Amino acid sequence: MKYIVKRLAQSVLTVFAVVSFSFALIRLLPGGPMDYLRAQIIQQGGSDLSPEAINMRIEAQSGIDPDRPVYVQYVDYMIGLAQGDLGRSVWYGEPVADIVGPAIPWTVFLTGSSLFLAFVIGVSLGALMAYREGSTFDVGSTGIGLVLNSTPSYVVGLLGLTFLGYQQGLFPTGGRYASEVTVGFNLPFLASVLHHGALPILSMTVVAFGGWALNMRGNAIRILGEDYLRAARLRGLPTRRIAIRYVARNAILPMYTGLMIAIGTVFGGAVIIENIFAYPGIGFYLIRAIDARDYPLMMGGFILITVAMVIGITVADLTYGRLDPRAKGGESRESY
Amino acid sequence: MSPTEGDDGNDPLVDALGDDGDHEDAPERAAITGHGRRGRVAADGGSTVSEFEQTAEITMTESERRRQWLEERVLAPARIIWDDWRARTGALIVAFYLFMGIVGPRLVDAPSTNQGPRLRGAFRTLEHPLGTTASGVDILSQTVHATPAMLIMLSSGAVFTVVLGTAVGTVSGYKGGRFDSVAMTINDMVMTVPGLPLTIVLAAVLQIEGNPAVIGILITINAWAGLGRAIRSQVLTLRDAEYIEASRIMGIGTPRIVLGDIVPNLMPYITMNFVQQARAVIFGSVGLYFLGVLPYTSTNWGVMMDAAVNRAGATSSAAALHWLVVPMVTVIVLALGLTLFAQGTDRVFNPRVRARHAETIEDDEDEGGKGGSTTTTATATGGV
Repeated sequence: MKYIVKRLAQSVLTVFAVVSFSFALIRLLPGGPMDYLRAQIIQQGGSDLSPEAINMRIEAQSGIDPDRPVYVQYVDYMIGLAQGDLGRSVWYGEPVADIVGPAIPWTVFLTGSSLFLAFVIGVSLGALMAYREGSTFDVGSTGIGLVLNSTPSYVVGLLGLTFLGYQQGLFPTGGRYASEVTVGFNLPFLASVLHHGALPILSMTVVAFGGWALNMRGNAIRILGEDYLRAARLRGLPTRRIAIRYVARNAILPMYTGLMIAIGTVFGGAVIIENIFAYPGIGFYLIRAIDARDYPLMMGGFILITVAMVIGITVADLTYGRLDPRAKGGESRESY
Repeated sequence: MSPTEGDDGNDPLVDALGDDGDHEDAPERAAITGHGRRGRVAADGGSTVSEFEQTAEITMTESERRRQWLEERVLAPARIIWDDWRARTGALIVAFYLFMGIVGPRLVDAPSTNQGPRLRGAFRTLEHPLGTTASGVDILSQTVHATPAMLIMLSSGAVFTVVLGTAVGTVSGYKGGRFDSVAMTINDMVMTVPGLPLTIVLAAVLQIEGNPAVIGILITINAWAGLGRAIRSQVLTLRDAEYIEASRIMGIGTPRIVLGDIVPNLMPYITMNFVQQARAVIFGSVGLYFLGVLPYTSTNWGVMMDAAVNRAGATSSAAALHWLVVPMVTVIVLALGLTLFAQGTDRVFNPRVRARHAETIEDDEDEGGKGGSTTTTATATGGV
């Protein structure tokens, strides 16, 4: 219980630190976003705007009032963020929260599905490979796994887009769902969402499951040679129980920490994948913002990606303690 | 020559040998101790030489020492790598890319427009074996001339991550206590920030130049945190080992224990991560160059892919497909080579495997890692 509270506090602190960091990036950097924003506004509105009017516009767009001292700006910015005010996008002319907010579920949908699929496929395949160690199946899968593991997801995405999207026309080449379906909980909409999400999810899954499989294979083979496994066999435990409670559990546990790092890479990879498939998730808007030098949108997107990832990792971390009773901190021991 | 007689000072034998107590020619302890200190014979002429003071009977000359070092550090690892087909393939691939990066730009002309006809396919002519781009630039020369910057980028990123991650992980894991708590809290915070988006934002805001070394660091900006965590958990299993406890009791300081006793044991893991980080830099940089969010000074594989897709529509037209596929294959082969090589290095650090390959060294040689087979998180960088 104490651990949960501590872990949650740390997550909140992380988000707080990232937000403060983003404020520093926007506000404090000379020649940085604030100066650029000012130049942009002057360019758009002409020179007839008074300095006050310019500052008003800067405040409306970035949520930061340049007239006031830095610490007041900081507090205002934080309060604004806590109320969901991420500023106003320069490029789209809408509040950033209205643009990236609806994009989050779609990014989480892509990353979550591919993470889950890659993990499940990888673990099953790895277990099979360990079970048939040395067979043609094992050697072949290891080779395929190595090659896939050396392929970036965007390469698979681009090839998928070229061959399955454009040449064969099997999958759509952009968007989140077809324009003719009605949004809601109905079959055509869900089918369309899956159809549009299939290639992005596939490209992130294909490159990741090979790594999980190789990892699982190594762990399972190591555990198959452990003494406690022999003891379990000698006790006459059923094979099923040995396979699940003894081998699978102990082989998967070390990979669970890898899952946390994988969450990070998947979110990073999704930025590139979303742009290849013109899939309007957060990563898509992040790159749009960079191209248009739309700093409020950029920072808003970055903060939201971070929040999504912090939540994912916190959940993974909290469940780990439940799975592995040995997990504990190192404070109880200290050396000088 | 060790004085085993009584220390009355008038021993005729000692006088006869001209031993004035100055043991300059005392045999050095053979190079098997980790701390590299020289052993010394009991100088006080005590009646017996204690077990701890006893020195080896064989003295090695400087050239023998050098030969042993060469054998241990260079030849044996090379032989191990050559013995395993995967490591051999990996080493050959990496060597090929090094060659391409160092010598290649001198052999192949620099890319320029109108070197040949526009959008010539790959493997059609000998002048342009990999084809040309929409503006008639030779793709082979683009690929080759992009290599040096890429090599700098991936080395700088990997060195940055590995040095920082190892430092944080080992010190935190060894010291424990409050330092550990604070360091790991910061570490975990850094770890939970998404890496590539952070890189993108920093590249946009900081207005950095296209220096490949800086970009390499920028791409792995927070990867050290993940490595630090992993290394810390490895150190936790090591820190209570007898020999480390012995060093601690002897009063050896933390930096020396960390560098002398802990880090050598983690070398397989660290090397493996070095290679994986290098791969992560390739994936990340090519991906971000492809998106056009990183500044660049010279040609780059990601920029090539970007141009192929956005200028020639390589995804929808078959005429420009080779322009897209060549850099893709270049990236995949390099990543594959690094992965295979990393698997080979795991064997290099295993003392049993190495002993089999070191021909001139006796079996009881105890150097390097404990050879605990470290399974690597191959997935750590697989998702990008």
